[in-house]
Amino acid sequence: MLDDFMTRAALAGIGVAVAAAPLGSFVVWRRMAYFGDATAHAAVLGVALSLALQVSVFAGAMAVALVMAVIVTLLAGRGYAMDTLLGVLAHSALAFGLVAVSFLSGIRIDLMAYLFGDILAVSRGDLAVIWGGALLVVGLIGWRWSALLTSTLSADLAYASGIDPKREQLVLTLALAITVAMAIKVVGVLLITAMLIIPAAAARPFASTPEQMALTAAGIGAASAVIGLQAALLLDTPAGPSIVCVAALVFLGSSVLSSLRT
Amino acid sequence: MSLVTVTNLSVGYGAEPVLRNVSLSIEPGEIVTVVGPNGSGKTTLLRSLIGAVQPGGGRITRKPGLRIGYVPQKLHIDQTLPMTVDRFLRLPGNTSKTSSAAALDRAGVPALSRHQMSALSGGQLQRVLLARALINQPDFLLLDEATQGLDQPGSAAFYQQIEQVRQDTGCAVLMISHELHVVMSASDRVICLNGHVCCEGTPDTVSAAPEYRALFGTGTGGALALYRHDHDHHHDGECNHGSDKAHSDKKTEAAE
Repeated sequence: MLDDFMTRAALAGIGVAVAAAPLGSFVVWRRMAYFGDATAHAAVLGVALSLALQVSVFAGAMAVALVMAVIVTLLAGRGYAMDTLLGVLAHSALAFGLVAVSFLSGIRIDLMAYLFGDILAVSRGDLAVIWGGALLVVGLIGWRWSALLTSTLSADLAYASGIDPKREQLVLTLALAITVAMAIKVVGVLLITAMLIIPAAAARPFASTPEQMALTAAGIGAASAVIGLQAALLLDTPAGPSIVCVAALVFLGSSVLSSLRT
Repeated sequence: MSLVTVTNLSVGYGAEPVLRNVSLSIEPGEIVTVVGPNGSGKTTLLRSLIGAVQPGGGRITRKPGLRIGYVPQKLHIDQTLPMTVDRFLRLPGNTSKTSSAAALDRAGVPALSRHQMSALSGGQLQRVLLARALINQPDFLLLDEATQGLDQPGSAAFYQQIEQVRQDTGCAVLMISHELHVVMSASDRVICLNGHVCCEGTPDTVSAAPEYRALFGTGTGGALALYRHDHDHHHDGECNHGSDKAHSDKKTEAAE
């Protein structure tokens, strides 16, 4: 069954959707959308470094994403607004990444594959990385779920319940780095944030609890992956962007539905 | 043994200290109110007690196993976060649905459990926050201007409920309030704070203390004078709030 490239692609897309749903919900609730962007752009630098050092792309992307997260955390609250800081870091990381790639003259690398992903080329090994990462992210977030929710509501309420909101922030950052690293191959650097945010945003009108929102987002994300892949095959369009387009249409539909309801 | 003992606590954001050499302790079952002008460090004191602010100096000792209930000044819940009242009450902890319903009953808002948090009115939200603070049977309840945004009957009812909770559960209560007339009738002890502890004691002692009068004035039980208070009066080393002429002149200016 895994011999069929379409089956592997669908499984990869579903894996990303499953990890992105709970994480994306937190990204939406905590208004961290730009943070996802910054992490993803930094991953390009990670790709270049891992090719130069001949380590796996997953490891390189994740290491750079984590370094990025630490830098943001350290620089936050030192006189720059968060969006300025992330803007500086995200685009510098992308620029340095592109420059670094140009030094790799010995190795032919298809940069487009990392910017937009190449889900149809997903191998069995990639699938293992994606599903391993997805289970890790879901496990991590599931384990810290209540604490994460409490710190998202209010840092002071978290402290009063004996939860350290800074540690929970770190958990989210870690999960974000893992997700970005594993999703590079599937949707690419430029569209990772879309898979985080669009399904979660589309799920919002149908949810009355945080858990419902995360589950609905997972459903929407997985369906977008499957439908997007079919559409790409049918219309001969690029697969990663097609998946995001389907998710965006679901978001549109859900917004219209929710405005009709009220 | 005291629930919480604070010894020589100093806290500063940046160079300017917000609290300096604050010492106090909270005994089981007492209702203590912190009063003081804006910027006097009341909220910082409460946040240090729940562990949200790292002390720059001094020590905070909590009784081992102390359960804290905290009602923040306000809670903004983002529209993007779907959260029913019931779900909010059962967060984090392993609280059951029945005890969350009971907590809402006690807080006087039994019908709200399926409502969205972001759709609550100010008064409803305060009661839900109180219900959540009480749900794990705290030994120590902290309230930061919990009646902000409530009308007078609403806030009177809220304080009656606090008193009832204390009687029922025996928990200690530490609250910040601007409503001096309520404070004076509802507290066992009042701490007057202005960066340091100016004076403390029973409501009668404190309202008669010169330090308190210097901060809040004498007329109308202090309720009106509070808003005229001149915040940048100087403390010459020790607590010396004598109503000297310069001070009262400044006060008149501020009132005009």
